[in-house]
Amino acid sequence: MTRSFLQFASLSFAVLVGSSLQATAADDTGHAQFLKYGCWQCHGTEGQGTSAGPKLAPEPLPYEAFSAFVRSSSRQMPPFREQVLPDQDLQAIHAYLSSRPPAVDVKKFIDP
Amino acid sequence: MANTRGSSRRVFLKTVVAAGATGTVAGAQVANAAGPAEHLDLPPPKPSALPPNAQVAAAEVGQVPNAPEESRKPGSDFMVDVMKSLNFDYLLTNPASSVRSFHESLINYGGNKMPEMLTCMHEESAIGMAHGYFKITGKPIPVLVHGTVGLQHATMGIFNAWCDRVPIIVIGGNHLDAATRPPGVPTFHAAQDPNAIIRDFTKWDDQPVSLNHFAQSMVRAYRIAMTPPYEPVAISLDAGLQEVPYPKGEKLQIPKYVASAPPQADAAALREAAKLLAEAENPVIIADRAARTPAGMRLVTELAETLQAPVVDQLGRLNIATNHYLNQSSRGRALVSQADVVLGLELSDFWGTVNGYIDNEENHGHGIQERGTKPSAKLISISATELLSKSNFQDFQRFQPVDIGMAGDAEASLPLLIEYVKSALPAGKKDALSQRAERHKKAWAENRARSIAAAGIAWDAQPISTARLCAEIWNQIKGEDWSMVSRDSFHSSWPTRLWPFDKYYQFIGASGGYGVGYGAPAAVGAALANRAFGRFSLNIQSDGDLMYAPGVLWTAAHHKIPMLNVMHNNRGYHQEVMHVQRMSNRHDRVANLGGGSVPVGTGIENPNIDYAKLASSLGMWSAGPITDPKDLAPALKRAVEVVKGGEPALVDVVCQPR
Ligand code: HEC
Repeated sequence: MTRSFLQFASLSFAVLVGSSLQATAADDTGHAQFLKYGCWQCHGTEGQGTSAGPKLAPEPLPYEAFSAFVRSSSRQMPPFREQVLPDQDLQAIHAYLSSRPPAVDVKKFIDP
Repeated sequence: MANTRGSSRRVFLKTVVAAGATGTVAGAQVANAAGPAEHLDLPPPKPSALPPNAQVAAAEVGQVPNAPEESRKPGSDFMVDVMKSLNFDYLLTNPASSVRSFHESLINYGGNKMPEMLTCMHEESAIGMAHGYFKITGKPIPVLVHGTVGLQHATMGIFNAWCDRVPIIVIGGNHLDAATRPPGVPTFHAAQDPNAIIRDFTKWDDQPVSLNHFAQSMVRAYRIAMTPPYEPVAISLDAGLQEVPYPKGEKLQIPKYVASAPPQADAAALREAAKLLAEAENPVIIADRAARTPAGMRLVTELAETLQAPVVDQLGRLNIATNHYLNQSSRGRALVSQADVVLGLELSDFWGTVNGYIDNEENHGHGIQERGTKPSAKLISISATELLSKSNFQDFQRFQPVDIGMAGDAEASLPLLIEYVKSALPAGKKDALSQRAERHKKAWAENRARSIAAAGIAWDAQPISTARLCAEIWNQIKGEDWSMVSRDSFHSSWPTRLWPFDKYYQFIGASGGYGVGYGAPAAVGAALANRAFGRFSLNIQSDGDLMYAPGVLWTAAHHKIPMLNVMHNNRGYHQEVMHVQRMSNRHDRVANLGGGSVPVGTGIENPNIDYAKLASSLGMWSAGPITDPKDLAPALKRAVEVVKGGEPALVDVVCQPR
């Protein structure tokens, strides 16, 4: 058992130090804000959507509709008011979501 | 033994006791169904082929012969005879002094076969294993626990089993006689009424004071546990009764076990329900724990096909194949809102099914509560849990009035309901039914396409997306006779969205009571059951759940239970992450992350737990932590080889939260 584990260790696995969610240097500040304010918790770290919140990216709602929703959501999503999430940070979040690449076509992978 | 039981079972199936529910349902009938111990129409588990010993053979006819050395035999030997008569494959235990004589008799007198003893590192793990095992085999296994402290460890698991309608036979040691019991530790662990702490969530319990009393109570407990609604039962085992040799000449008897037929819903009510369903324009079937067995899955499907009605599977069990066009679970809310008749089969929460609840600050902070159906919609319920409600713990959920309510077992009631629906369907309805079928086929295909498109978003993300995780797992296991021994709602339900679950044993539902810590042991128990069938068990394991009692990985390694564990490692108690975020928003505050990535008190980070090292320290092959999705396939492939070689394996994957 140990032997096979050691052999297998030749596949190099990066052991993350600290939080796996810390924005790396490559990320713009929008991603950092998206993480800091907790949007990722329900929408996924790239806004891809999860069972707890719909997809936001790629192609988020236009900023006006986007910000109107975030400020005054009255359904499942708790609203983020300006005193908690300043406009500037919300704009950065929107810019980050707008920059996300399109979905990969995985039909062949899943449904060969 | 299997042969003896097997042949006698054929007889006993014909002699089902006509018990008829619990007497609480007016007009309850006895279903003409097979006894519950045989209910999974599956080949017998491999370890059952054991010849009967003299006592067991005699048990079939009632009387245990007196062996020559009888006067020196401890009471616990006879208890083992009783256990053998009930055909248990395994017994799960964390060893304890209050059951030491029974333990000794099981392994020496009983030869550690039928039941074979498995060593568990926590009583909650043992209960969780029995829970998962039952959902694959339909056979209960006994769990042997220490008096008082062991039973206290077991309680949360018993509560989950209670909520999930799973029979578990809990046997707890006790030293009853205050004048003779050893002082010190055994007395700390003795109680006047040990089962009191679990009585609110067990169906029946007893504390036998003689060996014949023990025999009767074990057989009675088994029968009560195995009569729907299935539930846990408990027997307290007096240490004195175990250890003292049984009196010379005492006539000991093991009663024959005969299964009770499950309670069927009232025929007149079923006929009325059938009429409503047959005449409906938009009937919807919602199933939670409807299918107790593979036959139940076939029956739910037959009813749906007869009506061309969509099924919303709440997945307490697998009720209809995920690749059947009438499985419309993803459209549940919309279907309920348009329905004119809703049939609920063994729903754990009928109110929550037909009402909306939104957890926000509206309504003075109580959230939005709204009707989810048309006011004219007719609601029909068949549920065996109505036969058994207790008042303290609130698993009966909020009160939902229905138009036709039937206290009875859904699976046992479906054959008659289907028959009535067939005869109630108007002849002129054929075209309407085929139009419905076409509509549902189209909706199913569209939903499938949407799921696949959604899976491709953030395909290369780090942490790894749960869609990618599940797609990569699928690619490695799709050629196997696989069984997923974990729930999937924590990973955005990707397995049930993407994979074809079309066999009952491919999905085992969830914990029932949402007590965290169920996942890992239930997976090991289900994998133990699958081992006998040569199936490939897959457990997608949450990190928080594993850490309640990770010792169960050692049990899997020690007993060579093949299973692939893939960590959905999101480094947090994510449900609570979202709850604290929600509260922070409600109170207009930025959540305090305390230097980590989630609100203080909800993270499992800094330091990060190395699950691969944890697993290998417990004797399990392991790999990870995997952070780059490109490394997933080779790691999983290798792990699959290990599992196919007969051992458990664990791959740690750092994942998206959901
Ligand atoms: C606690 C979970 C949760 C958190 C945290 C959260 N959301 Fe949401 N979000 C939801 C849900 C659920 C919806 C779906 C609509 C609803 O029911 O409220 C949603 C919807 C949205 C929508 C509307 C999408 C559409 O296409 O209609 C936007 C925009 C949005 N969220 C942005 C954000 C941003 C930005 C943040 C962080 C500042 C955030 N959300 C944090 C749960 C959440």
